[in-house]
Amino acid sequence: MNTSARYWREIPQRYRLEAGKCRKCGKILYPPRLVCPDCKGRDFETVILPDEGKVVSYTIIAVGPTGFTDETPYALGIIELPNGVRLMSQIVDVDLDKLSVGMPVRLEFRRLQEAGKSGILQYGHKCVPA
Amino acid sequence: MRDVAVIGVGMNKWGELWEKSIRTIFVESALEALDSAGVDHIDSMFIGCMSSGLFTDQEHLASLLSDYLGMNPVGATRVESACSSGGAAFRLGYIEVAAGVSDIVLVGGVEKMTDVDGGGATFALGTAADAEYESYHGATFPGLYALIARAHMERYGTTREQLASVAVKNHANGFLNPRAQFRSKITVDQVLNSSEVADPLRLLDCSPITDGAAAVILAPVEMAKKLGQPIIKILGSGQATDTIGLSSRADLTYLKATEVAAEKAYKQAGIGPNDIDFAEVHDCFTIAEICVTEALGFFEKGQAAKAAEAGVTARDGSKPINPSGGLKSKGHPVGATGVAQIVEIVEQLRGESGDRQIKNARRALAQNMGGTGGSTLVHILEVIS
Ligand SMILES: [Zn+2]
Repeated sequence: MNTSARYWREIPQRYRLEAGKCRKCGKILYPPRLVCPDCKGRDFETVILPDEGKVVSYTIIAVGPTGFTDETPYALGIIELPNGVRLMSQIVDVDLDKLSVGMPVRLEFRRLQEAGKSGILQYGHKCVPA
Repeated sequence: MRDVAVIGVGMNKWGELWEKSIRTIFVESALEALDSAGVDHIDSMFIGCMSSGLFTDQEHLASLLSDYLGMNPVGATRVESACSSGGAAFRLGYIEVAAGVSDIVLVGGVEKMTDVDGGGATFALGTAADAEYESYHGATFPGLYALIARAHMERYGTTREQLASVAVKNHANGFLNPRAQFRSKITVDQVLNSSEVADPLRLLDCSPITDGAAAVILAPVEMAKKLGQPIIKILGSGQATDTIGLSSRADLTYLKATEVAAEKAYKQAGIGPNDIDFAEVHDCFTIAEICVTEALGFFEKGQAAKAAEAGVTARDGSKPINPSGGLKSKGHPVGATGVAQIVEIVEQLRGESGDRQIKNARRALAQNMGGTGGSTLVHILEVIS
């Protein structure tokens, strides 16, 4: 069993989509980091990610890992936001046959798992067609 | 730096080895390697293993294995780099001999994956992805490679049939390998109609869950010359990293760590991709072999799938890839895979590969990667006489 700290320490980025913007080169990093991989800068300001983007690639997972086996089949995608940030997200409330690369999506705050290894409800973003 | 040779190899039959423990399957392969080298002592050993903890509840593995091999008190180090743990262990063994710190080093790789159920194995393998930002959202390894496959299909027009041809070719090779887990020929139709795992990838696009081990013995070339067998010299070694999170990569189809590791190995060897006679590469999924053979410089970007379908990478093609059967057919005990690639290359370069022998091969390349390419090892070997 994990402690709950592993879960709540990620809440700012998972619930509010907080990212780090490098003050030296302007790159936006999600999740936030301590060092910019592009310019090695260490000074960041917190920015909130936009909630709309488009699908870069997607898959429909038929065989899920522990914790997700009851949800199959589900769609998982890499989403690119207008500021260039990419993140991984499930794509829900969509006919799985209608998924396509380039389709516009909106990030919504959703429940991800009933009870993860911390034994608590797990929340974060999922995408819906925009 | 001293020149280093592989003087012995060992590998047991891979598969679901219910009756054998992780220590037993390692010791079997290690003894075979020691015997084939004709040595009765080693100066140290390196063990590639991804997750003996999650698969068998056993950490502190290197000391356990040196004990059961009867080699205590030699120095023993376990190396973890997800599915490239074996390749990483091989590089460290090579460096230790090249540096003159040790003369005879055993490099082993081992994974015992069937002591947990399917969900447990999927979970353990999933720890090679970004736990908080990929696995948290329900990503699986087939799922991550499916994202790469879809991107390759969209960008280059790669087809499902072309991907399937990689699995068909590797099974045709593994059919001739007595140590392979799946010695069965398959067809493109069988791949396309196998059960869905992560669209567009299906079951027969995926490497299996496997128990297995492999081991090699390294020594200075000067010492190898006294043994009276063909000398298999390590010409180049390269290692590189990339983001383990796929969403941090600008181009999903490009395996940067593989390209960088290969550039380092080619530079050290003083040769290029056209000088490689055949290669053992990390085909954990059919799409992986496509992206890898492009990153190694064997094919232009976007052209590897067409080449595979045309037979260029078959055993009798101009650039044979995975004559062993690859991870797909031979099996993929993750920590052992990188070492087993070296075993295949050494046997091929010595002309000991029987029915699947590549004719007139003098130089070969091994590419072993972790996760979706977050870590990569490339080694180039040559037979000298
Ligand atoms: Zn920066």
